[in-house]
Amino acid sequence: MLPDATLADYALRLGDDSLVLGQRLSEWCGHAPMLEIDLALSNIALDLIGQASHFLKFAGRAEGRGRDADSFAFRRDALDFRNCLLVEQPNGDFAQTMARQFLFSNWQELLFAQLQHSANDTLADIARKAVKEVAYHAHFANEWMVRLGDGTEESRARTIAGLEWMWRFTGELFERDPALKPLVDAGVAVDVPSLRPDWEDRISRTLAEARLELPKPRRWVMGGRVGHHSEHLGHLLSEMQFLQRAYPGAMW
Amino acid sequence: MYTTELKERNQAVQGLSLEREDPERLAAFEARVAADDFIEPKDWMPEAYRKTLIRQISQHAHSESVGMLPEGNWITRAPNLRRKAILLAKVQDEGGHGLYLYAAAETLGITREEMIEALHSGRAKYSTIFNYPTLTWADIGAIGWLVDGAAIMNQVPLQRTSYGPYARAMVRICKEESFHQRQGYEIMMTLANGTDAQKRMAQDALDRWWWPSLMMFGPPDENSPNTAQSVRWRIKRETNDELRQKFVDVTVPQADALGLVVPDPKLKWNEERGHYDFGDIDWDEFYAVVRGEGPVAKERMTARVKAWEDGKWVRDAAAAHAEKRGMRIAAE
Repeated sequence: MLPDATLADYALRLGDDSLVLGQRLSEWCGHAPMLEIDLALSNIALDLIGQASHFLKFAGRAEGRGRDADSFAFRRDALDFRNCLLVEQPNGDFAQTMARQFLFSNWQELLFAQLQHSANDTLADIARKAVKEVAYHAHFANEWMVRLGDGTEESRARTIAGLEWMWRFTGELFERDPALKPLVDAGVAVDVPSLRPDWEDRISRTLAEARLELPKPRRWVMGGRVGHHSEHLGHLLSEMQFLQRAYPGAMW
Repeated sequence: MYTTELKERNQAVQGLSLEREDPERLAAFEARVAADDFIEPKDWMPEAYRKTLIRQISQHAHSESVGMLPEGNWITRAPNLRRKAILLAKVQDEGGHGLYLYAAAETLGITREEMIEALHSGRAKYSTIFNYPTLTWADIGAIGWLVDGAAIMNQVPLQRTSYGPYARAMVRICKEESFHQRQGYEIMMTLANGTDAQKRMAQDALDRWWWPSLMMFGPPDENSPNTAQSVRWRIKRETNDELRQKFVDVTVPQADALGLVVPDPKLKWNEERGHYDFGDIDWDEFYAVVRGEGPVAKERMTARVKAWEDGKWVRDAAAAHAEKRGMRIAAE
């Protein structure tokens, strides 16, 4: 395969979204409100880490400089991460974690549903497997949004706060990036603005069932796709990358 | 993970005299157990048998749930994507084991909430091994290799334990534990063949985990007065010392293969016995850890209680929502 920097960059976006969210969810392991939730969150984290491994490995091939998935995950600094800001947001309480999952997984499912028809066979294959996983993530998050939104006064208040925290980062999910135009034109990359109507429809339906309102329109916070992240990502990376940084060159 | 058989295990049971049981039913029960028949939840059983099992299975379930913490401590810092995925899957398995075991104990007439309450108030115990800290990545290898290795030794016989739901849970658990043990040994192998810093980490982990792993088999047989009754009831199938010896015999050659040194100057192959002789276990340390004086006992219990208390509003919300939905459906 010929080196293709744009394709590598696109694969990094896809892989970094999954990696960073998988890392975040794995922070819950052993600390969830009940064992069943613990198992579900670990499952989702595992799916995401698996997706990340595939996308990042592919990014290495597209880049053509001999980097593998681990070198991308463990030996890049924040400026070179391409994930959206939403996935790096802190877990907060369970409502905040679910709000993030709800907004993201519904988007990611729509994204992968289209990406499985990508003109690039590898991306299509990864997406075909992942879309089934993500459908479960979205289902799990939708159900919890309804339980928490339409549960007790406390759970409702916490869910509203969680949505408020996360909402400002959702605009970025639908932002068209001129750099990706050649890939979109070639049918390799998904044209993300086209996902918005379906996403809004899904989000609104679940929120209605949860007896919650869609947060008010506001100015979006963006920058993840060009490496300008929130303050949270640096800390996430310093933890995740600790061993590889402390023992350069060691095999694990 | 697994349960340490504790000295005080049967204290509550000792008050329950078998003499109060219907002799005919008791004889029929004992005959079934002796014939290796499984006892099922709806079958008649002596109260002492029920109590012993509740205690043992719930301790085992608590051990799985507390056991998620020491390894969970390294998931976010796992050194590469493959190790991260394996460790996540392993810790998730432990949560799953906790779930089936809580469910098996519930068939004996106790709720999960009651068991968790007993754990958090300190009345119920869990394996002493989880009260030791995981300081380096090598501890993840050592836990898989030694702690899960010891757990397998203990649990394989329990697949034939007399209580059906427990035995069936153990069949599933043992399959997963052998994968856990292999991944641990593989981590140790990688470290033992790695850089000097990695070798040091591996040896240090063996130094710290060896003796606590031997303690996992519980007190020596001479101080384990309930072993005879438990063996007769097929709740237990081999004694603590027999299992401990088996573990040492299997594990020492594995340490040799890694090029690591077992921290026991008295360890020596005894040709005549066909077993390794090994040094004295510090039972004062064991009983102190059982009493809750382990190095990180406070951290472990604080984490469990915090997760449970922080999660209360979530469980309440789920219950409130289910009730509202039920009422709406009824109103339609």
